[in-house]
Amino acid sequence: MADLTAYRAVLASRVRAQTTYRLSFGLDLLGALLVGLVELAETWVVFSQVDVLGGLDFGGVLLVFGLANICFSVADLLVGHLDRLPRYIREGTIDVFYLRPQPLLAQLVTSEISLRRLTRIGVGVAALVAGLVANEIPDPLRAAAVVGLALVFGTLIFCALFVSAAGCQFWLVNGAEFTNAFTYGGSYAASQPTSVFGTGLKITFGFVVPAAFVGYLPTLVVLGQPGPALLPAWLAWFLPVAALWSCLLAGLLWRAGVRHYQGAGG
Amino acid sequence: MSPVTESRLRAGLLWSLVRAGFAEQAHYRLAVAAGLFTNVVFGFIRAAVLFAALDASTTAFAGYDRDTLGGYVWISQALLGAITLMAPISSVEERIKNGDIAVDYLRPVPLVAAFALPAVGRAAYTLLPRGVPAVVVGLLTTGWFLPPTPGPYLVGVLSVAVAVVASYLGVHCIGLLGFWVVDTRGIKAFYGILGTFLAGLFVPVDLFPGWLRTLAGFTPFPTFLQYPVDVLSGRVLGAAAWQHLGVQLAWGLALLALALLLERLGRRHLEVQGG
Repeated sequence: MADLTAYRAVLASRVRAQTTYRLSFGLDLLGALLVGLVELAETWVVFSQVDVLGGLDFGGVLLVFGLANICFSVADLLVGHLDRLPRYIREGTIDVFYLRPQPLLAQLVTSEISLRRLTRIGVGVAALVAGLVANEIPDPLRAAAVVGLALVFGTLIFCALFVSAAGCQFWLVNGAEFTNAFTYGGSYAASQPTSVFGTGLKITFGFVVPAAFVGYLPTLVVLGQPGPALLPAWLAWFLPVAALWSCLLAGLLWRAGVRHYQGAGG
Repeated sequence: MSPVTESRLRAGLLWSLVRAGFAEQAHYRLAVAAGLFTNVVFGFIRAAVLFAALDASTTAFAGYDRDTLGGYVWISQALLGAITLMAPISSVEERIKNGDIAVDYLRPVPLVAAFALPAVGRAAYTLLPRGVPAVVVGLLTTGWFLPPTPGPYLVGVLSVAVAVVASYLGVHCIGLLGFWVVDTRGIKAFYGILGTFLAGLFVPVDLFPGWLRTLAGFTPFPTFLQYPVDVLSGRVLGAAAWQHLGVQLAWGLALLALALLLERLGRRHLEVQGG
C-alpha cells in the first residue's frame, strides 16, 4: 500500500501543477472544449446534408459520438501522455524509469494526469444525454446496461490502444505518427456509424481495433436496431471480450517493446 | 561587391535554406512513411463517411459528385503533410523563450526567411513520398478523380506552393506572439483546432451552412487547404481557379507583411540577458 501513497502524491502534485496557473489551465480547458465542439460540428455539418447516415439519424449519431468521445477522452486523461514516450526514448530519459523498482508502465501512467481533457468529456456527456433524450428507447433497462458496459469497457479499449501504440514506439521512434492511425484514427472511426464502412474497414475497426464496440454497437442495442452484415447488434454484449482482446494485444506489444529497448548508452 | 553579385549571393543563400530543409526531412524516411500510413487510414474513413453521406443526401451536396468528392478526400489527405495547420517541430517561439532568437536576429537573412524557407524545403520533400502515394491509393480504391486537362495541374502547382508557404507563415506569426505572451500554447491550440476545421480538412467548406462559410471566408484557412484541393481536383476551373490563386496570394502576402512587422516590433521589445 505504501506504493499507492507514493503514486497518489505524484498525481496530486501533477494536479496542483496544472491548476496553479489558472489562466493557462483555463485556456487548456477551453481548448479541449473546442476540440470536442469542433468534432461535433463536423458531424453536424454532414447532417445538414442528410437525414439518415448509415441507418442512424442525428439523434442516433449523437449516441455514437457521445459514447466514443467519453471513452476516448477518459482514456486520454488517464494514459494519453504515453504519447510522450518517443521523446523519452530519443532523449534517453526513459533509462531512469528502467532503474526504478516499479513496473515501467505503472510509472509512466501515473506520471501525469491530463486534467484539461475534462471539458472534452463534458462535450461527450452532453452529446450522450442529448442522444438518450432525443431517441425513443424501446427497452430502457437494456439500454442502461449496454451504455454502462460501453462506458467501462470502451474506455478500457482506448486505454489498451494507447498502451499498444506506446509499445510500438520502442521500434518506431521517429515513426511515432504510425500509431496515430489506430489511436486517433480509432477514435475517429468509433464516432462514426460503422455501417458506412466497406468490409475492409469494418473488419479493421470492428474487430482488429474494436472501435465499433465503443459507440456504434451499443447504440444499435439502445435503439433496438438489428445492425448491418458483419456487425449484428448482439455483438455489443461481447464488449468485455473486445476489451480483453485489446488488453491482451497491448500487453504483448508493451512487453515486447520494453524488452526490445537497448538503452541510450553513456 | 557589385549589387548584382550581392543579390545573386543572397538568392543562393536563401535557396540553400530551402535545400537544407529538404535534406533534413529526407533523413526521416520512417517518419514520412508513418505519416503516409496515417493519412491513408484517415482517408479511408473520411471517404467512407462522405460517400455514404453523398448517397443519402437530400440536398445538392454543394455540387459534389462521386469523382469530385473522392478528389477532395484524397487530395486533401495528400497535401496534409506539406501544409502547416498545427505547430511545426522547430518553431520560433521555443527560440524566443530560451533566448536563442537573439542569435537568429544576427543572421544575414530576416527571421521569417530563416524559419519559413527550411519549412518549405521540408514540405517539398514530404509532397512526393507522402502526397503521390496517397493520391494513388485514392485512385485505386475510389476510381479516377484527376482532371483530364492540363490547366488544373498548372494552376494547382502554384496553388499548392502558395498554400505551403502561407500556411507556414500563419503558424510563424502565432509563434512570434511569444515576444509578448509568456505561453503561446493556448493561442496555438485555438489556431490549430479552428484552423483545421475552417480549412476544410474534415468536411468541404462548401458544405458548411451559409453563415459558417461566410465566417470561414473572412479567415485565411480555406486558402491553405480547400483552395488548392479545389484547383487540383478541377472543381474550380479557368478564371475561377486563377481567382482562387489570387486570393491565396493576397493572404500569403498579408501574412508575410504581418510576420515582418511582428519581427521588427519583437526586435525592439526583446531584451537579452547575460553576456
